[in-house]
Amino acid sequence: MTGKLGLDAVVVARARELARRAGQPVVDLARSHTTVSVERAVLRLAGVSGADPDGIPWVNRLVDAVVADVGLGYGVAVPVFDALAREGVADVTLLAQKAAAGSVRFELPSAKGAAAARRASRRAVAAGIRRIDRRRVERDRLVQRFGDPKQRPWIYLIVATGDIYEDIPQAQAAARAGADVIAVIRSTGQSLLDYVPEGATREGFAGTYATQENFRLMRAALDASSRELGRYVRLTNYASGLCMPEMATLAGLERLDMMLNDSMYGILFRDINPVRTFVDQRFSRQVHARAGIVINTGEDNYLTTADAVDEAHTVTVSQLLNEFFAHEAGLADRQLGLGHAFEINPDVPESLRLELAHALLARELFPDAPLKWMPPTKHMTGDVFRGNLLDGFFNLVGAMTGQGILLVGMMTEAVVTPWLSDRDIALQNVRYVLGAAGGLHEDFVPASGGFIQRRAHRVLGEAVELLERIGEQSLLTAIAEGTFGIMKRPADRGKGRDGVARHEDGYYNPATEILEQPA
Amino acid sequence: MSERTERSEGREAMPDRPGMSEKTIVRPYGDTTGDGMVQVSFTLPVPHDKRAEGAAVQLANRMGMDPAMLVHAKPIGDGFTFFVVYGRVNHLVDLDRVQVVERDFPLLSAKEVNAVVKRRLRRKLSVVGACIGTDAHTVGIDAILNVKGIAGEKGLEYYRELTVTNLGAQVSVPELVEAARRERADAVLVSQVVTQRDAHLHNTREMSAAFREAMPAGRRPLLIVGGPRFDETMTTELGVDRIFGRGTTPGEVASYLVHALITSRKANAA
Repeated sequence: MTGKLGLDAVVVARARELARRAGQPVVDLARSHTTVSVERAVLRLAGVSGADPDGIPWVNRLVDAVVADVGLGYGVAVPVFDALAREGVADVTLLAQKAAAGSVRFELPSAKGAAAARRASRRAVAAGIRRIDRRRVERDRLVQRFGDPKQRPWIYLIVATGDIYEDIPQAQAAARAGADVIAVIRSTGQSLLDYVPEGATREGFAGTYATQENFRLMRAALDASSRELGRYVRLTNYASGLCMPEMATLAGLERLDMMLNDSMYGILFRDINPVRTFVDQRFSRQVHARAGIVINTGEDNYLTTADAVDEAHTVTVSQLLNEFFAHEAGLADRQLGLGHAFEINPDVPESLRLELAHALLARELFPDAPLKWMPPTKHMTGDVFRGNLLDGFFNLVGAMTGQGILLVGMMTEAVVTPWLSDRDIALQNVRYVLGAAGGLHEDFVPASGGFIQRRAHRVLGEAVELLERIGEQSLLTAIAEGTFGIMKRPADRGKGRDGVARHEDGYYNPATEILEQPA
Repeated sequence: MSERTERSEGREAMPDRPGMSEKTIVRPYGDTTGDGMVQVSFTLPVPHDKRAEGAAVQLANRMGMDPAMLVHAKPIGDGFTFFVVYGRVNHLVDLDRVQVVERDFPLLSAKEVNAVVKRRLRRKLSVVGACIGTDAHTVGIDAILNVKGIAGEKGLEYYRELTVTNLGAQVSVPELVEAARRERADAVLVSQVVTQRDAHLHNTREMSAAFREAMPAGRRPLLIVGGPRFDETMTTELGVDRIFGRGTTPGEVASYLVHALITSRKANAA
C-alpha cells in the first residue's frame, strides 16, 4: 500500500508485467521489419535533403528507386552506398537525383562490396546522429541559461493558422502571455501523406504543414522569445502518421523539444496499417530517446470516441503499453509525457471526483513521468460560458493531481479555431487556478477507502483484467477486435501497408545499429 | 417575494395580455420585456486607451446598440484590446419572416423504425457512413452510427433492421461511392466537422457530384450530410437530399430515413 491512493504494489507490478508480455511480440515484429519511412529517415540522417521540382523529396525518389531494383527488405543503406562508390558520386542527394532520372541501377553487392557499403553508410549516418547530439547539448545549454518554467504544470498552447509566418507572431505572443510549450498543429490530412513536404509553407487546413524549414523557423523564433522572457520556451510537433520516423529525425535535427508520438494512435484513429505503425514507432522512439525529446502520447483520444467512465481503464492500459514501448526504445521516464484527458460527461453525478480519481491514478502509477493533461473537448457544446467553467475545473484537477504538462483548454472548442481573445481568456483561467491553487496537490490526499480511492482501484483492476485478456491472444488481435476506442483494425489492413517489408538476410540499418549501442 | 419570482411571473403573464398572444415582433430580453438588451464581446486591433474604448462604443452603436455600456476592456497580446459591451439594440425580430427547416417527418422510436422497415421494405435498409476529405473528426458520424450513440440515444447500428457500414475517417469520395455500390446503400451519411476555407462545402459538392456521375437518378442512394456548421437550407446548392445540423440525434436520422425512403415514397407512388 503506497502513495495517496493506497495502490497495491503487487497489482501495479502485475499490470506492468502484463503490459510487457502484451508488448514484447510487437517489439519482436518491429525488430524484424522495416518500412519505407524508416529507410527514408536513414537517408535523411545520411544527408539526403531537398525535393524534386514537383515537391517530392529526394529521399522518396531514392527509396522508390532502390525498392524497384532490389526491394525494401535489405534496407536502402547498402544498395545506396554501394551505388555511390560504383558511380563515383560524392553526394547522396546527387545520387538520388540521378536515380530519379533512371541513370543509376541498384544491386546487392558481393560480400566485400557490402562490407565497404556498410562502413560508408555508417559513417554518413553517424554524422547525422552527431548533429542530433549537438542539438541536444545546445538545448541543455539554453535551458541552463534561460531556465525552466517556474511552475508545474508547464502551460502548453496550440497555434494553428496554416501559415508559418502567421504562426510565428502568434506563438511569440502566446509565449509572452505565459505559454511554456508551443505546439504547432499540423494540417489536417498530413498524417496520411507518405512524404514530408519541403520548405516554408503558407497554406494548410486547420493547421500548418510540418516541414524541416517550418521547424527551423519556429525554433529560431522561440529562441528569440526565450531570450526575451528569460525562460526556455519549448516547441512541439507531431511524430505520427505515415512519416513518423522522418518527423522524429527532423525534430531531432531542428531541436524540437516535444513530439506527439503514440504507439497506437495512427492505427486506431487514422486507419494506418498496424505493422507499419509499430515498426515506425520503434524507430521514432529511438530517435526521440537520443534527441532528448519528450514524447506526448495520445490516450486522450480514446475518451473522445468511447465513454470516459466506462472506458477509463483503456487509458491506463494504453499508458502502460506506451511506457513499455518507450522504455524498450531507450526513453527515460522524464521523457514520457503520457496522455490523459478530462472528458467525463459533466452531467454524470460526481464527475469531478471521478476525474480526480483517474488523474491521480495516472500520477501515482507513473510518478517520474511528466504526464500530459488534456482539456475537455467532447462535452464542449458551444456554450462558451459553461465551457470556461469546465476548463476551470479541468485546470483545478491538473493542479490537485500534480500533472506535468497542461494543454490549455479553449471555451470555443468545437466552435472556431481559437481567437486571440479565446486564448487570452483561457490563459487567464489557467493563471487564476494555478495562482490560487497551484500547490493544492501537497494537501490533497483522498480519504482512505473513500470514493476516489475506490474508483482508482477499480479502474486499475479493470486495466489488469483487460491486459490479461490481451495476453491470452495478442495485442494485434486485440486491436483487430476493437479493444481500444471501439475501432476494429486488422493487422493486414490499413493505409501504408505496401511500405512494409520483413527483413531479408543481410538487412542493414546503420541508424538502428548506432541508436541501439549502449550509451 | 424574491426578484427572481417577480420576473418569472412577469414573463408568464405576457401571453395573457390582450393582443399579445399573436405578437410576432420581438426584441431581445435582458430582464424586462421589450428592453432589447444584448451582450457582445470582441477584440479591436488597437492598444488599450481612452480612444480604444471610444472605438468599441462606436462599433457597438453601429451594430445597433444604443445606449452601449462598455463593461470590460482589457489589453491582450501586443496592440489588441478585448471588450465586453452590454446595451440595448434597436433592431426588431419578425417571427413571421424567420426561415428555418422544420422537421417535416414524424419522429419514430427505434421499435417503430424497425417495424416499418420490416413490413414495408421487407429487407434490411443499408446505410453507409463516412467522414470524407481530410476531415479526421469522426465524432459526428460515430455519434449517429455507433451503438454507443449520443445523449442516451443509441446509434443506427443498434437498429435491428438497419445494416450500417461506418467507413470512418478520411475516406476519399471514390472509396465512398464504391462502398455505397458494394453495400447497395439506400442512404449515404457524410459527416463534416472541419470548416476551414469552407472545406465542408467543397467536400459535400464533390461527393454529390460523384454520386450523380456514378449512378442514374433512380438508383442513387439518399445523400445526407451532417455537421455543426452547415446551413440546413442549402440542400439544393450542395446537391444533397438533407442536411442535419448541430444537435441532431440518431433517432431523427432514422426517422428521416424511413420517411424519405419508405413512407413518403410509397405515398407518392400510390
